[in-house]
Amino acid sequence: MQSILLLFIAMLLAPLYAAWILKIKAFFGGKKGPPLLIHYYTLIKLLRKGSVYSTSTTFLFKMGPLVSLTTAAVALMFVPIGGSPSLFSFHGDVIFVLYLLGLGRFFTIAAAMDTASPFEGMGAAREAYFPIICEATLFVMLILFYLLTGELKLSAYFEGLQPLRFWHTAGATLLFVVIALFIVLLTENARVPVDDPATHLELTMIHEVMVLDHSGPDFAMIELGAFFKLFFYSAFIARLIFPFTMGPLAADVALFFAILILIYGIVGVTESIMARYRMDKVPQFVLTSFALAAFATIITLEYIK
Amino acid sequence: MLTDFLPIENGKAIALDQVPQLRFEDFQRRTLQLVEHGAKVVQFFAYADQGAIKLLAVLRTRHLLVAACPAPEVFPSLTRHCEPFHLFEREIAEQYGLRPEGHPWLKMVRYHANQRGVADVFGNDYAEDIPGRYKYYQVAGEEIHEVAVGPVHAGVIEPGHFRFNCIGERVLHLEIQLGYQHRGVEPLMISSPTKRWPIIVEGIAGDTAIGHSLCFAQAMEALSGRPADQGAQRIRSVALELERLANHIGDLGALSGDVAFLPPANYCGRMRGDFLNLTLLLCGNRFGKGLVRPGGVRFSLTEEIRKTLLQRLAELKPQVLHTLDLLFATPSVRARFEECGTVSREDADHLGIVGPAGRASGLDYDVRRAFPTEAYAKLDVRRIVVSTGDVFARAKIRANEVRQSIALLENLLAEPSETATIQPMPSTLAPASLAVTLNEAWRGEVSHCVLTDAQGQLLRYKIKDPSFHNWNGLAMALRNTGISDFPLNNKSFNLSYCGFDL
Repeated sequence: MQSILLLFIAMLLAPLYAAWILKIKAFFGGKKGPPLLIHYYTLIKLLRKGSVYSTSTTFLFKMGPLVSLTTAAVALMFVPIGGSPSLFSFHGDVIFVLYLLGLGRFFTIAAAMDTASPFEGMGAAREAYFPIICEATLFVMLILFYLLTGELKLSAYFEGLQPLRFWHTAGATLLFVVIALFIVLLTENARVPVDDPATHLELTMIHEVMVLDHSGPDFAMIELGAFFKLFFYSAFIARLIFPFTMGPLAADVALFFAILILIYGIVGVTESIMARYRMDKVPQFVLTSFALAAFATIITLEYIK
Repeated sequence: MLTDFLPIENGKAIALDQVPQLRFEDFQRRTLQLVEHGAKVVQFFAYADQGAIKLLAVLRTRHLLVAACPAPEVFPSLTRHCEPFHLFEREIAEQYGLRPEGHPWLKMVRYHANQRGVADVFGNDYAEDIPGRYKYYQVAGEEIHEVAVGPVHAGVIEPGHFRFNCIGERVLHLEIQLGYQHRGVEPLMISSPTKRWPIIVEGIAGDTAIGHSLCFAQAMEALSGRPADQGAQRIRSVALELERLANHIGDLGALSGDVAFLPPANYCGRMRGDFLNLTLLLCGNRFGKGLVRPGGVRFSLTEEIRKTLLQRLAELKPQVLHTLDLLFATPSVRARFEECGTVSREDADHLGIVGPAGRASGLDYDVRRAFPTEAYAKLDVRRIVVSTGDVFARAKIRANEVRQSIALLENLLAEPSETATIQPMPSTLAPASLAVTLNEAWRGEVSHCVLTDAQGQLLRYKIKDPSFHNWNGLAMALRNTGISDFPLNNKSFNLSYCGFDL
């Protein structure tokens, strides 16, 4: 019951956090920015519209948004929100969740290819390329966490005081993991410096260009899925950078959501103080996350011996 | 028989019979000789004079040179020897149905039937949907893909069609096809009553309203013998510099926005508005429409406005300088700007690029220095040239020109510039005359060329926006550049669609 309630709160708040990034960016730009509830307004607006379908598309095009939303939502069910037990958990769920998100991406790409638009094809090629490197990073992290805990499930890594134990055993090298995870977050969620969620220039887009042809409720599903995905990655970073528990669950959860404000804030600051990379430099940036994760793993392996 | 070009002055009228009428062979030989020795093309167009079609060329060396010749129906293309004639010859073919034989890429410029009603050079039937029938440049191969962008774009910008032939993310060739905003400005000038002329000219390219108005007003002044007084000239120079500032700052902000670096994008967007508001203060229109008229200006610069302008300029100056520092000192921005979309000096010279884009590739040409009009002869317009030719160079030139324009404005506004405001248009133009005017608008050399007939009526009104020279520069910049860098390069040139389409 408690897990369901927390999951519900997380899903409800995900769009609000994303708007917080917009607020931070507006602050750096000397603007007031949109209201914090902007994403709810947008979602309601989109849900009340109809969808437009090109005659050249097939059922794949309609499946894309549905699958990307459901996979992101199901992935959230495996997250131990605020260190409390997650809704679902089983041995090997880490790999399940990673490929669940992969499935969502596959259908987004398939839907983009289905439109036969040259832009969307380009976006799909980029979207297929960069996350491969992210996947490598995540698996190296998985090796590290597995060696430290001997378990293959998300809840075993991020529940209760386990993150604190990571810091005890792995020490400062865990910082590498945090940074690597942050880079993965930026890449997977199409943030600056990898992608620019605010641009209207099709030729420079990665994620946005693939969903150009979606409209109305379909687009609302894609947006909501994106908010869930951002929340998914942020939740892990939140647990890692603030691994303590206060005792009562309410306090832990409250603190967890407060830390999330900080993480989304850092995303906003990152987007405000730097330009995005040239497209051919992006792989180097994403590879940095792999190098850091690999480093952390190797160092920790020596340490454990 | 005359065999040489005649030197003329910028903004001075000469009688049409003084223009050397060469034989076509002499005209061609001498033109090619001149361009081989570094002359550049300012104007090259056809006009009908008493039933005969003639070609007229204005070249520039250290002087402006002019000559005309009878136009053969089919003539050997000059483009084969000198690339800057490329678009001019296509334009002549489109407007008058004359065929430049051996032209490397003879395709239509703006999709319209020629003015003489003779058979179309391109074999088009203009009752049909023409753009769809044109065969685009193609590249073949395994991994080649083609991306078509426009004419309808995301965002509020003008229509233009871009075809990218790419291999992966790399652009092999970019073909730019414009003409979607063709309004027929040149024939419109001939058919409109005198009082509508200034309004039409202000609408050639809305962001260069002052630049085009100046060219028009100077030509009319030359042909009617009614020059503007010194006060009016200073006010017009103030307006031209304000136009330059607003556009350069707006573009620098847009460049910053294109690399997703938001703070300067927002600040510049706001400051662009502040500079537009200075023009508003000057004449009641943010784009300077209604200010410049033949014979002077419609609004004088009162002491009160002059002091307000100076005061607001003093407030804006540190903000502008600070924002430019922020933009150019950010490493991630420099990483995007540097070595992106490079146009070498050779290529720029070969294509005849003008304005800031040319100066970014090391071409030292500024009309304000070479053929000064208005108050520029008395001002110290320093040379600003960068040689790298990339997006960074084009941005740097803009930034330096912003600094220079602020200094010029401080200078121009330092002392009172009162003038008697004028209302009516000149009643009569000198018969059978020619006037060529050039001005350095913010994109570069704007030029108007006006010919009158024996009754003092307009015979031909020829307009050239700097974009006419520079669109090919953008295509060149994109070669071997990532397709995702196109918006950035496009913005660094920021060329006019409507100024090209006329």
